[in-house]
Amino acid sequence: MTSDGEIIHFDNVGLRYGTDREVLSDLTFTLYAGRFYFLTGASGAGKTSLLKLLYLAQRPSRGAIRMFGTDAITLPRARLPVMRRRIGVVFQDFRLVEHLSAFDNVALPLRVAGHAEKDIAGPVRDILEWVGLTDRIDASPATLSGGEQQRVAIARAVIARPAMLVADEPTGNVDPDMAAKLIRLFEMLNRQGTTVVVATHDLDLLRKVPESLIMRLDKGRLSDPTGALRYPPRKLT
Amino acid sequence: MRGPSVSASVIGRWFNAGSRVELIPQGRMSGPMPWVIAIMVAMTAIALAAGLALGNAVSAAKAEIDGGVTVQIIEPRADMRAQQATRAVEAIKTMPGVAGLRQVPQAELDALIEPWLGTGIAAATGSAIPVPALIDVRLNGPASAAQLAAIARRVTPVAPSARIDAQSNWLKPVFDAMVSLQVLAMVIVALLAGALAAAVLLAARSALGANRDTIEIVHLLGGTDAQVARVFQRSIGYDAAGGGAVGLLLALVVILSLGRRFDGLGAGLVDNGALVWSDWLILALVPVLATLLAMLTARLTVLHALRKML
Repeated sequence: MTSDGEIIHFDNVGLRYGTDREVLSDLTFTLYAGRFYFLTGASGAGKTSLLKLLYLAQRPSRGAIRMFGTDAITLPRARLPVMRRRIGVVFQDFRLVEHLSAFDNVALPLRVAGHAEKDIAGPVRDILEWVGLTDRIDASPATLSGGEQQRVAIARAVIARPAMLVADEPTGNVDPDMAAKLIRLFEMLNRQGTTVVVATHDLDLLRKVPESLIMRLDKGRLSDPTGALRYPPRKLT
Repeated sequence: MRGPSVSASVIGRWFNAGSRVELIPQGRMSGPMPWVIAIMVAMTAIALAAGLALGNAVSAAKAEIDGGVTVQIIEPRADMRAQQATRAVEAIKTMPGVAGLRQVPQAELDALIEPWLGTGIAAATGSAIPVPALIDVRLNGPASAAQLAAIARRVTPVAPSARIDAQSNWLKPVFDAMVSLQVLAMVIVALLAGALAAAVLLAARSALGANRDTIEIVHLLGGTDAQVARVFQRSIGYDAAGGGAVGLLLALVVILSLGRRFDGLGAGLVDNGALVWSDWLILALVPVLATLLAMLTARLTVLHALRKML
């Protein structure tokens, strides 16, 4: 993180898969520590592709990306894991490990980071209790409903207290009550200093976090046709 | 919600020792891999045992006959044969470099040809078969051409019917064949090691493909290549250790039963090929080395494949 609180900076970033046309073009923006961002846009606008760049699943085809004060483009592959551990991800399709229980799925980031077993059980149980899955702690993903899987995925993303949380349509499979609860969880994390980036096309969700900043993607480009969005062009003070 | 403390000592390790969680689901000793390894280890151990036994046989026989020289007195008349043999013995025993010598008694010579010609020939035909007199000479070192020539110079004047041969010359073709078999055994061991590595490579690639999603998730959660590789390495290590133990057991059954059959032959060269304790130790190392080879192959294969992922 830089002194002005910048944690992510994209400079003229473009992304194409293979030889196809660019799915993201000319992205230039900055994310600041401790902010809550919504990423909106129609289906196919490039939200998931942009998130992939944010959680280092993809390198851009062009442009420069700086993450946590480090050039993410030239970052050696061996240093990616440490960088990734600072980012929690809620995947659109959950991506839970099928043969692991809810508990072990949530514990995964802690085990990957090398936490001692004795330090894992407590926090995992706490977070599962928080997302309302105490009674499903030993269940395998296949026996969980879509909403329950979503909550396990969220618990896994936040368990290691990441500096930035990236969520792709995190409320897509849950009822409105649970969606509100999850957003409150994100807000709570955000208040504790975690930068949150939520991709959604649910405009109601945007209204639930009044302090949030909004990025809108249109055909792979950041767009603000009405000038009414809270981000950009508004400059942070 | 409280965050766990990070234990620096375990950073970089995959699932901690206290955890029974497995990233890659796999039953121990399930699938074909342990049995492929068992067969490989059994064949390797048998080939190695054969190579070691041949080596022992060659070494023992060489040590026995390297310094051996045979002086034959090829004289049909028995009285002259006996005279020349006596004079030859006298001439040789004072030579430098001679550790000992023995004139093979007539009874022993008769016993040597008895399997082919039977007994009682002299009684039946009225005359004995003229068998050359044999003098077995032991030199201090291997019988060199110079030493053979020196013996010839001393013996020929007193025993013109003498023929002098180094014993190692007679068995050289046999030794050469045995050494070739030994080399073949070692080549088979090397080929089997290569085949084992190839089998593990294919298994590791297949497991990588089958678990690609899980590996990708672990990567995105901050898992390192080394952590993922360790999971595969350990999984294949268990299979290799189990398969190796079974393979060694199979090999021991084969080696011991073959050993008992060869013991029954009572042939000197075969008896010399008995395995010694250091050979058994080497054989016991086969599954250990196979396990290490399998783990190393799995690790390198997985690391190589992971490098292609971001």
